[in-house]
Formats: sequence, C-alpha cells, structure tokens
Amino acid sequence: MPSQLLEWKIATVAQIRDETSEVKSFSLLVPEWRTHRPGQHVDVRLSAPDGYQAQRSYSIASAPGPDGRVDLTVERIAEGEVSPYFHDVLVTGDEVEVRGPIGGYFVWEPAFGGPLLLIAGGSGVVPLMAILRERAAADVAASATLLYSSRNWDDVIYREELDRLATTDDRLRILHTLTRAQPPGWTGFARRIDRPMLEEALDGLGSQPLTYICGPTLLVEAAANGLVELGVDPGRIRTERFGPTS
Amino acid sequence: MTGRFVSRGFLGRPRDTDADRAGRIPPGQYLTDGFPVLSAGPTPQIPLGQWAFTIEGLVRAPVRWSWEQFLALPARDWTVDISCVTKWTKLDTRWHGVSVDDLLAAVELDPRAQFVTAHSFGGYTTNLPLTDVVNNQAFVAYQYDSAPLEPAHGGPARLVVPHLYFWKSAKWVRGLRLIEEDEPGFWESLGYHNRGDPWREERYSGD
Ligand SMILES: Cc1cc2nc3c(=O)[nH]c(=O)nc-3n(C[C@H](O)[C@H](O)[C@H](O)COP(=O)(O)OP(=O)(O)OC[C@H]3O[C@@H](n4cnc5c(N)ncnc54)[C@H](O)[C@@H]3O)c2cc1C
Repeated sequence: MPSQLLEWKIATVAQIRDETSEVKSFSLLVPEWRTHRPGQHVDVRLSAPDGYQAQRSYSIASAPGPDGRVDLTVERIAEGEVSPYFHDVLVTGDEVEVRGPIGGYFVWEPAFGGPLLLIAGGSGVVPLMAILRERAAADVAASATLLYSSRNWDDVIYREELDRLATTDDRLRILHTLTRAQPPGWTGFARRIDRPMLEEALDGLGSQPLTYICGPTLLVEAAANGLVELGVDPGRIRTERFGPTS
Repeated sequence: MTGRFVSRGFLGRPRDTDADRAGRIPPGQYLTDGFPVLSAGPTPQIPLGQWAFTIEGLVRAPVRWSWEQFLALPARDWTVDISCVTKWTKLDTRWHGVSVDDLLAAVELDPRAQFVTAHSFGGYTTNLPLTDVVNNQAFVAYQYDSAPLEPAHGGPARLVVPHLYFWKSAKWVRGLRLIEEDEPGFWESLGYHNRGDPWREERYSGD
C-alpha cells in the first residue's frame, strides 16, 4: 500500500437524523474525500479551547458515493466523552474534524461477491449497513443474510430501510433477534446468538459464506466460534469489535 | 494546522490532574479500566498439546519449545502500560512471561538479522525491528492478572511489546522469525504504520 498521509479535514454536518432514542445518524460533507470501501471507518477528533483533544473511530454507514458525503451513525453512550457531544451538542452547520477512510480488512466491495453472511449486535450494524447499501446500489446478485441482534424492537437501527431492502430483494434475508423484550406476536428469535440460530442463518448460503461480524466482544466471540464449529473456514470470517470493554 | 481548530461547545472530560498518570497517556488516547478485545477474525482455539514456540530464520540453529518446555523457561512478572490504536490506553497491566532476550539467548543470531516477524496461530503476522524487542522491551506472556491468558486476549501465549501500539503484541503467537530486510505484517500491509510508536502517534501509514 502506498504511504499516503491521512490528513485531518474539517467536515460540515449537513444533516442529523434520529434512528432510535439512543442513536442518531450524521451526514458529513468532507472536502476532497477519497472514496471509501464499505466497512471502513473514520477517526473523529474533538478539540477543546485549552488544546485538549479526544479521538474516536466511527464506521461509515453510507455506501461510497461521488459527492464527498459520509454518514456516521452514533450510539449515545451514557457518561461517554465523544458520543454525547454528537448527540447533545452538534447541530446542522457545525464542523467536525475527521480523517480517513481507514481500515483495509473489514471491508467488502462488489467484486468480492458472496454469498454474504452479516452478523451484527447493536450499533455493530453500522459497517454492515454500508455493505448492504453498496450491495443494493451496485445490484450485486450474490445472496446475503443479515442476522441482527438488538435488545428491543425500538432499538433496531435502520429498521424501515432494512425492511424495505428485504421486501424488494428476494436474495436478501434479514433475521432479527430481540434479547430483552419482544413486541406482541413476535415471530423472530428472542435470545442471544447461539448455534441453532447460526445454522438457520447459514441456510441457503452454502457452507462457506463470506462472513462479517461486528458488535460487542461477547457476541462476536459467540458468532465467530459458533460458525467455526459449524465448519466455516476461519479465513472466511472477518470481525470488528467496538462494544463496551470487557 | 492542527490544534487551531476548536470544536464548538466541546470541553472534554475533566483533565486528569495526577501528573504521573497524565504523563503516561500518549496523545489521542483515553484511559480505560476495561480490557477491550480486537482481532481481525475468529479466536483460534489451540490445544496446549499442539502448542509450540519456535525461533527460526537467521539463526545458527532454530529452536522449538513445547508448552511444558516453555513454562520451564525463566519467567517473571511485568507491569506495563499498553495503548491500542483504537484509542484506549490501559495502565499497570500485569503479565507473567518470558523476556524475548531470554528466548533469543537460546539461539545464536546471525549478525545479518535486523528484523523479526512474529507469527501466530491463525495466520496473523507483525513485523518489528530487532532493536524494539531486545533489552527487556518485549516478552511472551502466558498469564494476565495472575490467571492463564484467555484465548480472546491471545492465550495460550502472546507477544507483548508495550512501547508500541498493541497490534504489534501478536496474540496466539507461535514464533519469531529473524530476517535481514523488513517485511510488513498483516496490519502493516493494510495501511497501518510500520513501527507504531504511540508517543509519536504513528497510527497509519504516512503518520
Ligand atoms: C473501528 C471502530 C468503529 C466504530 N464504529 C462505531 C459506530 O459506527 N457507531 C458507534 O456508535 N460507535 C462506534 N465505535 C465506538 C466509538 O469509537 C466509541 O468507542 C463510542 O462512541 C464511545 O465513545 P465515548 O467517547 O462516547 O465514550 P467513552 O468516553 O470512550 O466511554 C465511556 C464509557 O463507556 C464504555 N463504552 C464505550 N463504548 C461502549 C459501548 N459501545 N457500549 C457500552 N459502553 C461503552 C467505556 O468502556 C467507558 O467506560 C467504533 C469503534 C471502533 C474501534
């Protein structure tokens, strides 16, 4: 890889959307943005008047586009330093320092094909959403399944868009599991990810899907180890973890 | 220039006034009490009967230790601060393991050896200048906090190079290969910095 300086750039907040009560998406306009690959992230840097700075990483939620627009989806972490700033302070027109795109392994592009197995816990769905959005935009034929674990139905990020993608594409399956509470008449899963659930997710994808898993460590460990036990080649499984620390 | 930009309405956490602690957190890092886990793929499960550690490459004769033999090597406790490129820093982590100096003492180094590649079960690699792993700067740990090192944190054994970003501290390590010319490892070929010094914020290629 050629050595290329990843400069800090001043992005402008173009739009803010509520996703759930604890999650918002932010559209940033980044000058001279190099197109990203789905799965990559940016680093964000906040600077206080006394020179103090805080940096965090945020996955890119949007599919690559020509216009230098990058969507981030940020979950509000109570007592956090950076995510509450996004939620409580930022308004449209504000500026934020970012650099990227970063990350060369947890990435997917249409040429990789599939079949694709995507497994997400909570805000871990963000980089997988970029993959699904790109898959739809590029009209990739490979079949895909998203297995998505949330606490409650109201915590499901991108719920309507996921519904819409699944109903317009019969090669895309979306399986939800709700671990805390389920709405009346719920027919999806209602427990943490386990082996029978993984077997069901594998259904129709062959035995060696290209797999991306993102979420808190316990979920990533359970899903990745479970798939290896079910015979998926570890070399086909890519993981990213950004949940709470353990 | 950096430092000029001010984020509207951002004050940040109250600064850590303990000078000692504050002086131990590299730029752009924040302090955590947890122990986050990061890896590119599934955690390999390595039966101890199949575990072995080798030193090979530019050495007079390679060596190989089984798990029992490795545990019999001189080991000691290490208390070190660690920093991950994903921005967390953890102070005073406690490990038990063998100094890389003591491992290299078992082989005769070819004077052409300048770099090492650490190899792991599962295929991970990372590259280091020899000068970064000698003089008690690096060790192979098999205990964390007085307990066997958990698989998710790199057990049975991981390399620990505390003065560099933590991706250099290869989990599930199974050997060191001494080489003459530097070869980028896994993350180093994917856009991460070749050396990874947290105090110089060497995060990504070009930093
Ligand atoms: C590669 C990468 C991609 C990421 N992508 C995203 C993303 O797309 N969206 C997103 O919202 N976050 C993402 N994160 C996490 C993000 O970088 C921050 O860690 C998160 O926003 C918390 O930062 P904070 O400053 O608000 O909290 P901090 O001040 O860092 O933490 C406050 C406390 O909360 C705990 N904590 C931190 N994260 C969580 C969590 N997720 N759940 C519960 N407790 C937590 C910490 O251990 C600490 O005790 C990503 C992280 C990485 C490494």
